[in-house]
Amino acid sequence: MKHTFIKTLVAASVLASGAAFAQQTVKIAYIDGLSGMMGPVGQNQVKSFAEVLTKANDAKTPWAPGYKFQLDTYDNKTSPQETLTILKTVIDQGYRYVAQGNSSGVGMALQDAVNKHNDRNPGKEIVYLNYAAVDPDMTNAKCSFWHFRFDSNVDQKMEALTSFMKDEKAIKNVFLLNQNYSFGHQVAKAAKEMLGRKRPDVKIVGEDLHPIAQVKDFSPYVAKIKASGADSVITGNWGSDMALLIKASNDAGLKVNFYTYYAGTTGVPTAMGATGADRVRMVSYWNPNDSRFTGQDIVKSMKDKTKDDFYTMATYTSIRMLADSVNKAKSADPVKVAFAMEGMKSKSLNGEVEMRAADHQAQQPLAIAVWAKVDGKTVKFDQENTGYGWKTISYQPSYVGVQPHSCQMKRPNKPA
Amino acid sequence: MNYEFISISLLNGISYGLLLFLLSAGLTLILSMMGVLNFAHASFYMLGAYFGYTISQYVGFWGALVLAPIVVGFLGAMIEKYGLRRTHKFGHVPELLFTFGLTFIIVELVQLFWGRNALPFRGPEILDGSAFTIFTSTFPKYKVFMMVASLFMLLVLYLGLTRTRVGLIIQAALTHPETVQALGHNVPRVFMMVFGGGTALAALAGVIGGPAFVTDPAMGATVGSIIFVVVVVGGMGSLAGAFIASILIGCLQTFAVGIETSLLSLLAPMGVSMGVNDFGYAVMGLKISQIAPILPYLLLVLILIFRPKGLLGTREG
Repeated sequence: MKHTFIKTLVAASVLASGAAFAQQTVKIAYIDGLSGMMGPVGQNQVKSFAEVLTKANDAKTPWAPGYKFQLDTYDNKTSPQETLTILKTVIDQGYRYVAQGNSSGVGMALQDAVNKHNDRNPGKEIVYLNYAAVDPDMTNAKCSFWHFRFDSNVDQKMEALTSFMKDEKAIKNVFLLNQNYSFGHQVAKAAKEMLGRKRPDVKIVGEDLHPIAQVKDFSPYVAKIKASGADSVITGNWGSDMALLIKASNDAGLKVNFYTYYAGTTGVPTAMGATGADRVRMVSYWNPNDSRFTGQDIVKSMKDKTKDDFYTMATYTSIRMLADSVNKAKSADPVKVAFAMEGMKSKSLNGEVEMRAADHQAQQPLAIAVWAKVDGKTVKFDQENTGYGWKTISYQPSYVGVQPHSCQMKRPNKPA
Repeated sequence: MNYEFISISLLNGISYGLLLFLLSAGLTLILSMMGVLNFAHASFYMLGAYFGYTISQYVGFWGALVLAPIVVGFLGAMIEKYGLRRTHKFGHVPELLFTFGLTFIIVELVQLFWGRNALPFRGPEILDGSAFTIFTSTFPKYKVFMMVASLFMLLVLYLGLTRTRVGLIIQAALTHPETVQALGHNVPRVFMMVFGGGTALAALAGVIGGPAFVTDPAMGATVGSIIFVVVVVGGMGSLAGAFIASILIGCLQTFAVGIETSLLSLLAPMGVSMGVNDFGYAVMGLKISQIAPILPYLLLVLILIFRPKGLLGTREG
């Protein structure tokens, strides 16, 4: 009798504690550049994450019942060294998830450090949620079980972009201008390879790499593009490097079409204004003006609260997929969650996104959009109050961007 | 290379070079007079841009163009009077260290007051748009303004130093401070004025350069190393030298970006060819456009080796 009483008591207290701690908090350390030239991009993404998290943690419809997601921000000044120092700090503070996206240079350093840490500290594994660093190597030669990429990589995007450019007969001469680090090199390489395959008649009339986040005046580069006789520029530039390039080309009256990855990032819309209309194109996984895509409520709500634009949709995909994986694993343990996330199919704002198990690269639809005037019908949402926004001119289903991979994934033992 | 590229690059180079001159004029003046290599000079450039931005919120760009250099110049004069002058008696090294420490303090203070991100500092609307068209390229009005303002200040500086009484005293104090002192002039005050004037020039360059480039806490560091190159290449303490060096470096930086020549392409006529994966391609295939950012420093090192007194310098390094 006494025993049963104690058992009941224990069971009751366990239940009670379960109820009291019903909300287990999944802490994510956001390690990205929040200051310097690229700071505004990171600042915007923190707001995007916050907006997504209010949805994920909604009391009535939580994405992962019993779990609360929390994102804490750390400024790595877009420097690999700073990132590694911060990683040590956040590991000591008990974080098991890190999120990073801006700069593949930083991303690769982080991926490497996470791998080493996990090898040496079984039971204290860290999972790296990559929402924007798109160097293909991270899911190929350097792929890792602990790394998941929610953005489409350089090759996937270039595949979609060149599939569109293939039919643009006006393109004859292309100039490649990119940032001089792993990501920029990959964009240039993919562009040459895929254009050569799909449009052998197109000439690459010039190619240049410039230091990232250091050029304050792009006029010399613009003069060079002009001298090359290019009618189109392909660039992976993002943040201030993209904004200043557009500013300089407007100043010099450069009339070329820009095929970009990141013309939607903070600062660029303002630089483009009306002069960029119809001339700047962007390949991305989402834009709020396409009726195939959802999330317009998030754009509105973020604009109301922060006066800033929601454009890094991968913030949504990453939290959504994390929540789905936590549900599937019935645990927030990073190893279990990582196994659950392999092959996970989640509903994101651009439709179904699949985390390919073989290389941890998300497979998702892509769209080529053009900078166009808000007309209330096809373009409802503008960016940075310019009166211009993105209009999809070509929708590319997931299969277009599918790439072979060379990943030889080393997996830990699967926990019971 | 075609004429369009050459002419537009020349204009870009000269406009950038003139701004560099505006910046380094103050540095070289301070250096030649006081023997102080002012490490904080570029920080005053940054302060100029930040003060310019804030002041322009109240009185507009043109007001800021006048007021910001005055404020920063006054600040510079006070720093000379209460900081630098006290370290002066311990020799040049403490002075150098003083200005070195100052750079960090100014950057941190700027970040505390204005934040770590770039400011949306824009020029006045009247300077938006293009001034003229060369072939098919347009040249922005703002850059024309940059050139005119720098040339105007150059003229004022030249006339001020050679045609006015104050200028004559400054010039005399440059070479014979004791004699000037003996003649009853307050040499420390002249020093203070020169330091204040030099920082005001830097601040003026900041107000002009802020909207042309990017107003952020890194802007000082970006030009900081370049203006030392200007001063050394031009010749320590030579204003004319600094002018030539500024234009030279401005053009060097803009033109180098457009030059595709590499060691490999030079050897190509001799039948040498290499693939991307061959050993040594990383060096041989490097184009001048890719090494453009380090060319000014290469020039600095070469000048120090072969002509230590600089292009127009009068005394040995």
